[in-house]
Amino acid sequence: MELAHPSLTRTGWLRQRDTFDWLYAAALVVGAIVALVHYHEFMDVYDDLVLILHVPVLIFIGWYWKPFRPYLAAVAALSLCSIWLYQGDLQRAEQVFFLKYLISSQTAIMWMSALYFMATGAYWIGLLARSEFGDKTGSALVWIGTAMGTAGLFVRWFESYLLGPEIGHIPISNLYEVFVLFSLMTALLYLYYEQRYDTRRMGAFVMVVISAAVAFLLWYTFSRGAHEIQPLIPALQSYWMKVHVPTNFIGYGAFALAAMLGVAVLLAERGILAGRLPAVKVMEDVMYKAIAIGFAFFTIATILGALWAAEAWGTYWQWDPKETWALIVWLNYAAWLHMRLTKGLRGAVLAWWAVIGLLVTTFAFIGVNMFLSGLHSYGSL
Amino acid sequence: MQRSTAKALFELLSSMRFAISLLTILAIASVIGTVIQQNQPFNAYLNQFGPFWFPVFEKLGLYSVYNAGWFLVILAFLVLSTSLCIVRQSAPMLREMRSYREHAREVSLRQFAHQAELPAGRPLAEQRERVDAYLAHTGFRARADEREDGVLVAAKQGSLNRAGYFLAHGAIVLICIGGLLDGNLPLKVQMWLGGKQTTTGNQLIADIPASARLGENNWSFRANLFIPEGRSANVAVLSVDDGILLQELPFTVSLKKFHVDHYENGMPKRFASDILVTDDETGESFEHTIEVNHPLTYKGVVMYQASFEDGGSLLKLTGHNLLRDVADEPLQLEGRVGDTLRLEHPRYDYALELTSFSAFNVEDMGSGEDSATGVDRLREHLGSGAARTDSGRDLRNIGPSFTFKLRDEAGQAREFQNYMQPIERDGRWYLYTGMRETQAEPFRYLRLPVDEDGRIDTWLAIQRWMFDPARRDVLAHRMASASFGDDPSVAPMRDRLVETASHTLALFSERGYETVGRFIEASVPAAERERAADVFVKILQGLVWEAWMMARVDAGLPALEINENRAAFLRDTLAALSDSLFYEAPLYLQLTGFEHLQATVLQVTRSPGKPLVYLGSLLLVLGVFAMLYIRERRLFVLLKHQGAGLVAMSSNRKAIDVDEAFQRHAEALSALLAPDSGEGRTDPTATR
Ligand code: HEM
Repeated sequence: MELAHPSLTRTGWLRQRDTFDWLYAAALVVGAIVALVHYHEFMDVYDDLVLILHVPVLIFIGWYWKPFRPYLAAVAALSLCSIWLYQGDLQRAEQVFFLKYLISSQTAIMWMSALYFMATGAYWIGLLARSEFGDKTGSALVWIGTAMGTAGLFVRWFESYLLGPEIGHIPISNLYEVFVLFSLMTALLYLYYEQRYDTRRMGAFVMVVISAAVAFLLWYTFSRGAHEIQPLIPALQSYWMKVHVPTNFIGYGAFALAAMLGVAVLLAERGILAGRLPAVKVMEDVMYKAIAIGFAFFTIATILGALWAAEAWGTYWQWDPKETWALIVWLNYAAWLHMRLTKGLRGAVLAWWAVIGLLVTTFAFIGVNMFLSGLHSYGSL
Repeated sequence: MQRSTAKALFELLSSMRFAISLLTILAIASVIGTVIQQNQPFNAYLNQFGPFWFPVFEKLGLYSVYNAGWFLVILAFLVLSTSLCIVRQSAPMLREMRSYREHAREVSLRQFAHQAELPAGRPLAEQRERVDAYLAHTGFRARADEREDGVLVAAKQGSLNRAGYFLAHGAIVLICIGGLLDGNLPLKVQMWLGGKQTTTGNQLIADIPASARLGENNWSFRANLFIPEGRSANVAVLSVDDGILLQELPFTVSLKKFHVDHYENGMPKRFASDILVTDDETGESFEHTIEVNHPLTYKGVVMYQASFEDGGSLLKLTGHNLLRDVADEPLQLEGRVGDTLRLEHPRYDYALELTSFSAFNVEDMGSGEDSATGVDRLREHLGSGAARTDSGRDLRNIGPSFTFKLRDEAGQAREFQNYMQPIERDGRWYLYTGMRETQAEPFRYLRLPVDEDGRIDTWLAIQRWMFDPARRDVLAHRMASASFGDDPSVAPMRDRLVETASHTLALFSERGYETVGRFIEASVPAAERERAADVFVKILQGLVWEAWMMARVDAGLPALEINENRAAFLRDTLAALSDSLFYEAPLYLQLTGFEHLQATVLQVTRSPGKPLVYLGSLLLVLGVFAMLYIRERRLFVLLKHQGAGLVAMSSNRKAIDVDEAFQRHAEALSALLAPDSGEGRTDPTATR
């Protein structure tokens, strides 16, 4: 008998790919090859390897989450355009209009900041006025802001090499840079959930934490001049930094997102904005998903940090304040997951816990640097 | 122990509630160690907490929380609890992983949250075939149970989720054990069982007794190896509580050269030690360069670039006398960092401890201010991230400096920091010398203005003139003559000025501007003080000028004309004279030459637990991902000879994606089993 029912036709993942999927993949492969050839002299074996590994990862993300592709294309276009306008001369950041006011690193990051603020406003209008237009505007602004910010970081990376080949390094080495990274990670995670759960109403809350980060970033730029590209001190000249820091910020971003959903859940449970927000069940689910992905990546990040410490300081773990607080954050979310998954706990307690979790995380992220001394502030060498 | 108590204890220790409490307690306990700085010298704590709390906190082990008994006990409980949890869960979990629950009864399936009717109409065999194909296609493994009225196909996927549990929790046990092996515990055990005892740090290595030495086959240690350039070492030092232990190494390390490279802006770029390692047994040797982030492993010992220090640099010093009534020639001294020299003099007796030397000092000499406002401010922050000078920052290498302590006969010491080269501030050049009473204070700097030759000799000569009571009158007379001329008709006014000048100088010689100011406050009405102060300053400047000119006469040099530059020098000189009265040293030690000798500090470790910890980490990641992202799902398809079948689904997680998955499967199966379905147009699996 025939079993040619469509439910049963072999519909492997690869078989389901359409032309765009393949074009996207091809573009990434070509891009990687060009980069390998073009920037060969600046890269070592690890760089080559990481670049090559990025290709399948990005292909996977783009296939799994379609809107990622135009975003990536925009980032590539902006970055390349900026690099091309520089023509190898840093001074041109002051002279060329497009660089000065659009796509030099700091300008792009300023645009990101402005767009994120506007997006926050738009989402709130959308939420309060039940306006789909507001929601959609918010969403679009976050996308554009994220593309600008990402391009800003890439251009900054390039600029650091223009300052001098020995100064050049990936822009994730100081508080300014990681705050940009944090905003971008949180925004991307949010955008993913927005699409996955098909609701834009969580944006109003999530964008609040991103705006707070951006506000800090601006204060830090204007009052402390934190934006200046500085060369790397010896301890940071390690491959581990490049993997440890971004992994960490997937974790931080996810935890921040979860906490904002916690706030939304708490409000909705008290009847505030309840009719406007997505169902509590949905928000709780997103909160769980965020904490799960955050926990998984934070686990990896902490381990990578330990591997790095083993190489730089001679011990994989020595209860340095930053390490210790990472452990505290980790234990906290482990307990959270146990409560939800094995005790079946839901509702206000978990939501509060996620909110408090963000306070703990924030302390681990900046509080430790500000209030406690340790190796991470790198005083001894 | 009673069986039932043992059981209750087991239940408690392996319970989730206990585990969560432990995680919370561990988190809170960890905080303490981040608030109180760990492993500092004991007298730092004594200063911080006072004599009452210091011993209390010591007893509680708060100065080394993570090695404290109680902390290790908490960790041990976590290991125990997690292990017992694994033991307790393993039987039911393995059963779950293996079973298909193909004997589930229809009534219980009907109580599932996720269940739906399936269309009837096709013969059972055909239904079965279609369902089997579907399940295989969607990644389920299935087992069937024939019943009277039909068949139950029990399928499941994602059983590895449970394996994740074992991986992750087993990993935690592994990591904790590995960590214990690398921690302080092995050392503590050796101290108890092996009778090892710490000793004090201030003795020659050769004199340290065997009871404070750990053998070279010690399998777990972390110690510091200090080697000055051109020397070798084969014993490392461990700081334990308030004493030290020596760790003998199976090889000798010689430091050929230590490198510190800087970026253009003065930030450190590279720390590296060129070393020669010689095996003590075979005598074989090899060269290597250890850098930060690039350790070396030899004979199971890993060596890291941990820090660097001065290795006993040779300092050449000139001591300029600051005593007002002593006309000593400058003193020539030479000593190495770490040495203590004796400063003997009829008027004083100091121990001069040369404490440190640094060949580079990169300081921010900018104003730190950024003057732009409004839109300009924003415009400044557009563009590249390259450093711009308008940020008010100005990093500069201001040359070598050294620090020393002067300890008097009573044992009281003051600390000093002197820079070798003049430093520019607002267009003028000074030699900086800092002083502080205790380590907790910042240095207060005395800025000695340098003359046109870049030397402080002029200032010193002026100082001697100004502060010598015997020469006060000469200066006062000269100054008065300069103001009024030698005409006898103005003699009374001149004499009054001589008196005032002499009095002012006497006041100034006591405590500088402070005594002058106090005198003004006491004798001049408030409204006129400002004007009076101006007058006093004018007089003092006149006196300094005369002192300068007299000093030139002494040196056989011609007199000078006053000009802008010299007026500024006068003001600086006067300020430095006033400040020098608070400078509690009988001489100013000028660094005139040095031979830089550095020392590297390598951390040397053997960590037997490392492989365990790394393996545990890998398993932990695999386990966490398996637990969180492999979804265990069971699909039950009850097919009947007659009538509607049933599809039900269960999962060990409650989440929205379970609802969605059920929806998808139920729809697909309904479509497959529908009597009219041959080759339908829609493809339920194609949409997610
Ligand atoms: C540092 C300690 C621990 C960490 C980091 C940790 C981590 C985790 C994580 C991340 C999960 C995943 C959540 C899930 O999928 O259920 C989990 C599950 C679980 N944990 Fe732990 N755990 C720890 C200690 C313990 C202890 C001591 C117990 C014993 C009571 C325990 C019992 C469980 C159980 C029963 C599950 C559910 C497994 C399942 O249903 O698949 N955990 N743990």
